[in-house]
Amino acid sequence: MKDITKLIHQYLRHDKKFPHVWCPGCGNGIVLGALIRAIDHLEYSKDEIVLVSGIGCSGRMSVYVDFNTLHTTHGRALTFATGIKMAKPDLKVIVIMGDGDALAIGGNHFIHAARRNINLTALIINNSIFGMTGGQHSPATPYGKMATTTALYNIEPAFNIAELAVTAGAVFVARGTAYHADLLHKLIEKALHKNGFSLLEIITQCPTFYGRKNRMGTAVEMMEWQRDSAVPVEKWEGLSPEEREGKFSIGVLMDKEAPGFLEEYEKVKAQAKRIASLNATEKGDHGSQI
Amino acid sequence: MNRHKPQRVFWQGNEAIVEGALAAGCRFYAGYPITPATEIMEMMAQKMPALDGAFIQMEDEIASLGAVIGASLAGVKAMTATSGPGFSLMQENLGFACVAEVPCVVVNVMRGGPSTGLPTSPAQGDVLQARWGTHGDHPIIVLAPSTTLDCYLVTLQAFNFSEKYRTPVIILSDEVVSHTREVLTLPRGDELPMIERIRPTVPPEWFVPFETQGRLVPAMSSFGDGYRYHVTGLIHDVRGFPTNRPDEVFAFQKRLQEKISEHYTDIQWVEPFYLEDAEQVIIAYGSVARSALHAVRQAREMGLKAGLLKLLTLFPFPRAAVEKAAIACQSLLVPEMNWGQISREVKRVNRGRCRVVTLNKFDGTLITPKEILKKMMQDQN
Ligand SMILES: Cc1ncc(C[n+]2csc(CCOP(=O)(O)OP(=O)(O)O)c2C)c(N)n1
Ligand code: SF4
Repeated sequence: MKDITKLIHQYLRHDKKFPHVWCPGCGNGIVLGALIRAIDHLEYSKDEIVLVSGIGCSGRMSVYVDFNTLHTTHGRALTFATGIKMAKPDLKVIVIMGDGDALAIGGNHFIHAARRNINLTALIINNSIFGMTGGQHSPATPYGKMATTTALYNIEPAFNIAELAVTAGAVFVARGTAYHADLLHKLIEKALHKNGFSLLEIITQCPTFYGRKNRMGTAVEMMEWQRDSAVPVEKWEGLSPEEREGKFSIGVLMDKEAPGFLEEYEKVKAQAKRIASLNATEKGDHGSQI
Repeated sequence: MNRHKPQRVFWQGNEAIVEGALAAGCRFYAGYPITPATEIMEMMAQKMPALDGAFIQMEDEIASLGAVIGASLAGVKAMTATSGPGFSLMQENLGFACVAEVPCVVVNVMRGGPSTGLPTSPAQGDVLQARWGTHGDHPIIVLAPSTTLDCYLVTLQAFNFSEKYRTPVIILSDEVVSHTREVLTLPRGDELPMIERIRPTVPPEWFVPFETQGRLVPAMSSFGDGYRYHVTGLIHDVRGFPTNRPDEVFAFQKRLQEKISEHYTDIQWVEPFYLEDAEQVIIAYGSVARSALHAVRQAREMGLKAGLLKLLTLFPFPRAAVEKAAIACQSLLVPEMNWGQISREVKRVNRGRCRVVTLNKFDGTLITPKEILKKMMQDQN
């Protein structure tokens, strides 16, 4: 059997929930493939992985994979994931969101998850548009681009998702694309490996809405645009503002160490337990009894 | 806490809610501060770590309930507490917990509204929001304490119902109930029931996550236990996957309703006072039930045949108990700190059997025994 077939049999709920809902040429499948290869390579067991997703085309990913999966409410995936991780810190919690999901309705949760530095791996699939609802502009739609909710063109500037995560305090931030599939799976591995809140922004194509509205051609042509616009971070540092125009960096943008929420909370627990046992021996009992 | 000897304690309502939750086995709390519910959160922050539980202050109430649902799916009994504005924010995730059948407890210490309203005044304006606040047509369990002891027992029971029926349970407290300090005697530990969700007994390969085996409530496994399954807010088939098939959608919706309606007698919880020969019956809940009991006692001293039916379960509405009272008495008086949210239910159930008199107050002050008594006298004439 081919390796890829083995992976499909091992990780996809092939007997349960296919065909999938994604359009031909959509980048979501490439991300799913990279994610599975990363998980397989790192040899996580399927039982220890929880895949949490938001609402959107990308959010449907949780249906297809044979892990513990949770399809949440729109924009709130990180909050559900936070509860899971705190309740069972041994689980490997991965969160998949769309750009609209994570940055529009979920923007507040996104910056706070990054700041809190709770040990989650967040993947934001950035197709520059609201896919599932039919191509409205998102906080990641670049200025001047077309969407179904722009009269002529988008008059709002876009968030730089990865930079926002760095500023909010994420200890690991990277950016990849659907075109650079091999790099993508390596970046996912790094993100999964990292202790702390790790964020991976993945530039993908939505040929159905973003591509069509903005005359970017077929899925293949959109991926060629990714190839031509992505600059490895090492090279990016040396580019002038003019040279950076219309381009974006890929690779690891931030990798640092900082105290994580879970580890800090463990310390609080240990100290609270010590105090409680001291009080108990002093009073002979505890609580506000009369 | 020593679970074997009765204990006398001096607690505030909110403190009793915390103690009730901890006694029920709650080990996860996520919340966002709001008056008059904040003490619950502050006490949880203090108590959870030593109990090996988890506490987190989230960025808002939407996040709080999200985290609670996540923790519950990971197998830990979880709760949050808020007041009106925060409760409104939680509504979408509350619906999620209903559809995905995730046990959890949400406390709403009601304050005057709408909007930021009257932060430090008692009110009962969120009764129908608790019933119908989230979208879609679904059953819900809503409980309301009126004393500090109730706060303790209602919270315990809320966890029990939520585990037993795999559903969110809402506790509607109010500012007075939550902030009143009282001496109370706790029941002995062995007198308190403690219910846990049903776990699957079949091996993972045979596990069909939303199959019920005739119980109406499916067994629930926790993330990480080896039963990998899909949880979603979409209507799903017995395997947990989204479906549009009318027969599957119908079966799912019907089961969701029936798991509550078929267990109505278990969930209906009321306390009767002087009902044996009562001609005038007050139906009240929350802090108003305290005033009502006082008024009933005064009325009895004056020779009036008054009684009180105190509601601890608000939804599913305790129809049977109210019907019984309506058949036996001449008038039902429903005092509430709102424009008449439970009196609607009373009228619906009464169906013209006896007079239904309402007493509504929404100025941020309590309904006093005197006001209730006055209304009873007027009704007599
Ligand atoms: C509270 C709420 N508001 C709006 C929606 C409708 N909605 C569903 S998906 C979506 C946008 C999805 O866009 P994105 O997150 O970028 O994901 P994509 O579909 O592009 O993968 C919206 C607005 C919803 N489900 N819930
Ligand atoms: S609409 Fe766009 S994002 Fe959604 S499945 Fe189709 S191509 Fe993918």
